[in-house]
Amino acid sequence: MKIIVDRCKCTGLGICESLAPDVFEVDDNGDLELKSELVPDGQLTDVQDAVAGCPTEALRIEED
Amino acid sequence: MARKNLVVVGASLAGLRAVEAARNSGFDGSITLVGAEEHLPYDRPPLSKAYLDWNEPGAEPESTTFRTESALREDMNVRLVLGRKATGLDIERKRVLLDGTSLDYDALVLATGARARTFPGSERLRGVHTLRTLDDAVAVRSALDEGARTVVIGAGFIGSEVAAGARKRGLDVTVVEASPTPLARAVGSAMGSACVALHHRNGTDLRCGVGVDAIEGERGVERVGLSDGTAIPADLVVVGIGADPCTEWLEGSGLRLDDGVLCDQHLSAGADGVFAAGDVVRWHNALFDRPMRLEHWTSAAEQGAVAARNAIEPGSAKAYQTVPYFWSDWYDSRIQFVGVPDADEVRIVEGDPVRDERVVALYRRGDRLVGVLTINGQNVIMKYRALIMKRTCWDDANTFAESRARVRAQSR
Repeated sequence: MKIIVDRCKCTGLGICESLAPDVFEVDDNGDLELKSELVPDGQLTDVQDAVAGCPTEALRIEED
Repeated sequence: MARKNLVVVGASLAGLRAVEAARNSGFDGSITLVGAEEHLPYDRPPLSKAYLDWNEPGAEPESTTFRTESALREDMNVRLVLGRKATGLDIERKRVLLDGTSLDYDALVLATGARARTFPGSERLRGVHTLRTLDDAVAVRSALDEGARTVVIGAGFIGSEVAAGARKRGLDVTVVEASPTPLARAVGSAMGSACVALHHRNGTDLRCGVGVDAIEGERGVERVGLSDGTAIPADLVVVGIGADPCTEWLEGSGLRLDDGVLCDQHLSAGADGVFAAGDVVRWHNALFDRPMRLEHWTSAAEQGAVAARNAIEPGSAKAYQTVPYFWSDWYDSRIQFVGVPDADEVRIVEGDPVRDERVVALYRRGDRLVGVLTINGQNVIMKYRALIMKRTCWDDANTFAESRARVRAQSR
């Protein structure tokens, strides 16, 4: 499963990073970086929480 | 016995998330969402930020409505009762009272939020607004469009965002703050001063330690009279002096109220099937071992979901604990805070608040890291949130801060 970031919506608030730090990280410019484009094994719940926790609804998971 | 009838009172973020969580967890009973406003559930943070920005004439700001009516009614099979205020609660009969009618429940989520405080006597004066609801934002925005001379009462986060929005449009703005140290309750007085340095840098006239005696005008507002005897001409006054939880309708219900609905760590209000979420709940946050009431986006969203799942499956209720998080956008800067502000010590580990655009400050209580404030520190704030979540001790937090500073120095 693939993680998609809508760059027009994302403002780098970083809640995703605190819920799934292996996948999301806000970089030095304040932009969101995907450390993994795919949902890592065993981390689906964390990534789903990050999707739900995004205040700008910038994240989604796409089925393969 | 399985619960079959969920009622959610309050149709903002927490209420919406309650409804969504219930359906997403497979709940197939009936769901009713009651909202005092006519509007479909909408998002509030943008209302004091991007929503106030200047647009081309005729262009509308981006809607902050969360879901369409058909998504709620048809896709999620939610009964919407909007524009109706809850007026009472009968926990014995399990019934929510609305004006003249009632709704039975076997699972209930209270998410009635908070109400912006108003300045006494000014409620009917044209041009005086709070900023909490969509209607408020529309009114403030249209006054800004007309080039209003703007006075903001209260240098809190909402007031400061409005001031920043007005300055962005090049309007004259004065912020009047009764306390000599703004934001003391939210972030502590030292860092409160650091935040308001942004106002000074951006040409907003900030007056601290001055009260407002009167908001005056014939039909519309004309001036704001201050306790130091001066008067500021104004076409728009935005009152940002905090909010109170909407619990009046629960008085006499038997629920325990104390600046919010008192709940345990499962967000249970103590009556069968009754849970609370969002700005209205004061619950036991086990991570800090104390009751808290937050007015933050993240906790409202999370609590809404937890409260609904607990209400429909009380047998497997889960506790809710969190490291509080909020953000606020002023001018071109983003302020972020994680944790709690009441500290024995606040240590600035990066930046000089008077001079630098980027500031990182750590808050210590006992030997533990309990809070972190950043200005333009998006790349570290959530790392600190994780440290607070793990109950990291003060020394380790400082070691982490030093390692980050080294990395930053090398990358320059």
